[in-house]
Amino acid sequence: MATPTVTSGPGTPGTGEPVVGKPARARRGSRIPLTPKVVVGAAILFVFALIAVFGPMIAPHSADWQANATSSTPLPPSGKFLLGTDQQQHDIFSQVLAGGRDTLLIAFVAGLVATCLSVLIGVTAGYVGGWVDEALSILSNIFLALPGLLILMVVMTPLPPADTDNPLLIGLVIALTAWAWGARVLRAQTLALRNQDYVESARVIGERKPRIIVFEILPNLLPILASSFIFTVIYGIGTYVSLSWLGVISPATSTWGTMLNTAQQDSAILGGYWWWYAPPAACVALVGIALALLNFGIDEIINPRLRSARDNRKGVKYVLGLTPVLRTADRTRVGGTHRAAPGPAGLPTPVAAASEGKSK
Amino acid sequence: MTTILRRLGFYVLAAYAAVTLNFFLPRMLPGNALQALLAKMQTTTITPQQLQALADQYGLNSKQSTFSQYLTYLGHLFQGDLGHSTSKSIAVTQILSKDLPWTVGLVGTGTVVAFVLGTLLGIVVGWRRSGLLDALLPSATFFQAVPYFILASILLITGGFYWKLFPYANGYDTGRNSNLTQGWNGPFITSVVEHGVLPAATVALASIAGWIIGMRNMMITTMDEDYVLVAAAKGLPRWKVIAVAARNAILPTISNFALSISLVVTGSIVTEIVFSYPGIGYQVYLAVLDADYPLMQGILLVVTFTVLGANLLADIAYVILDPRARKEA
Repeated sequence: MATPTVTSGPGTPGTGEPVVGKPARARRGSRIPLTPKVVVGAAILFVFALIAVFGPMIAPHSADWQANATSSTPLPPSGKFLLGTDQQQHDIFSQVLAGGRDTLLIAFVAGLVATCLSVLIGVTAGYVGGWVDEALSILSNIFLALPGLLILMVVMTPLPPADTDNPLLIGLVIALTAWAWGARVLRAQTLALRNQDYVESARVIGERKPRIIVFEILPNLLPILASSFIFTVIYGIGTYVSLSWLGVISPATSTWGTMLNTAQQDSAILGGYWWWYAPPAACVALVGIALALLNFGIDEIINPRLRSARDNRKGVKYVLGLTPVLRTADRTRVGGTHRAAPGPAGLPTPVAAASEGKSK
Repeated sequence: MTTILRRLGFYVLAAYAAVTLNFFLPRMLPGNALQALLAKMQTTTITPQQLQALADQYGLNSKQSTFSQYLTYLGHLFQGDLGHSTSKSIAVTQILSKDLPWTVGLVGTGTVVAFVLGTLLGIVVGWRRSGLLDALLPSATFFQAVPYFILASILLITGGFYWKLFPYANGYDTGRNSNLTQGWNGPFITSVVEHGVLPAATVALASIAGWIIGMRNMMITTMDEDYVLVAAAKGLPRWKVIAVAARNAILPTISNFALSISLVVTGSIVTEIVFSYPGIGYQVYLAVLDADYPLMQGILLVVTFTVLGANLLADIAYVILDPRARKEA
């Protein structure tokens, strides 16, 4: 507790000074708590965004380039081929660099379209109420119960390759199976907001419904919107990669999913060619993890109580029934927990204090 | 009671919607897609009569109106007729009745394990907020954010292929030397359990993070409630105070679970494909490879019904746990 801790995490050189002692007004500047989770997530995502944009350009070879046409033994990583080659002697490193673009684009389109749909349906249902709400709720509940991946398999298997090669179309179709979750969450939140006083007053003033929804309600839904967007993007990546891994869609260009598909078909696992399947799988996993980490940060905006105190300062103990002192006005902090620890009249303090030794 | 009836009404509606969607899906596809599919089947062993029957089933070159096709389809469905598998030349229902128990067993085991472990862990993490376990939470997201088939492959490669802890293919020992008879006998059950460990672990691991995080977040919110403070102030033993908080925190996690059931089920389908597990997930993969459209559609329908069934169970559990849900008119 002696060292001053920095609430804004690393990676923000401008605001690197301790904000501990500042008045609340100054802290409100950035609503996104820059915890290590958020920073790491954003950094990974940034790298992959760069790969998606520039990857195909900086790749040493094109995805279809073959080192030689005669050999059919995958080469292990070497100085010449950073990640080795696959059975057809394609350079894995180039394929990984080139394979991200479509995957990320499709996931992004899916997330965008699905989020728009969920706002349209969820907020309308929550704000309008009555039979509209009833009907839209039933609709989204039905879509929730439908197994999205299976429907996509049934829809896409008979489609000609020309159609499954279009990223925008695929993203759109994935979005159609993904909006219901967000719609349900947004509806619940809109229901909670619509009877708030400030919405009520806007209504009394005579604002029209669309204006109230867009300017009064939507801004307060933003964190939930962002979280459902990220959730959908994770879903989109998983779905698209799974579909191409299964061979249901076979895009003309090589993507992470198709790389895994060929690796599986040529039994790369049994052959021990780890450099073939590990890089694309790791890319998919890393993007997913980065997004999930960002979602943690957003969850903490929605409900600040969820914030893990470990991120900011060590040693604050949450004691049942007492409000821990997280920030003190003066810099010579006596230590919030110290004052709280004895607890007035020995109330529930022992509960947490005893938990030190006993639980397992 | 009215709550339950309302919910039942919803399930009837949802089932009807699924059946209708199943009918219209092949008809919504761009015109020649199915034609191409049927042409592909022509090369396999299929009689012209069967091909004609299929074309009728999907309304290709049919003189009947769409509506009367729909009625025929509903009629077949009510007699439990899901059509004929083109690749296996037996009734789709026959295949499904053989495979469904495997899938239900896999999803059921995985979900129960994830629920019990995840909820308990979530309670501990939430109660000991900001403890060491909190720092482990981000690593739990790994399992949540990674597609099922990658997680399954990781387990297959490590636990199955390299460390040889468990078998990693098929639902039971089908090797040349195995003399297992299917049924309720010791050796067969042992074999099934051994083969089920890795797939079930995949399903459990993938969903456990959701339970832990959901439960932790609800515990933290619930612990601020006055009744938890009262319980502690009364001097109840610590585990009882935790139980009071947990009892209330668990309700939203259950209704959240209803949101994710279809993801869990589709995830287990992918898992089955990785482990060549003899459930309907592996079957749908084979159907995709063989372009066996009737089988795919039958599986879609059955999986949707399974998800709805699981939803119903979650609903019932919620009503049992929350007295308020029973009183609501």
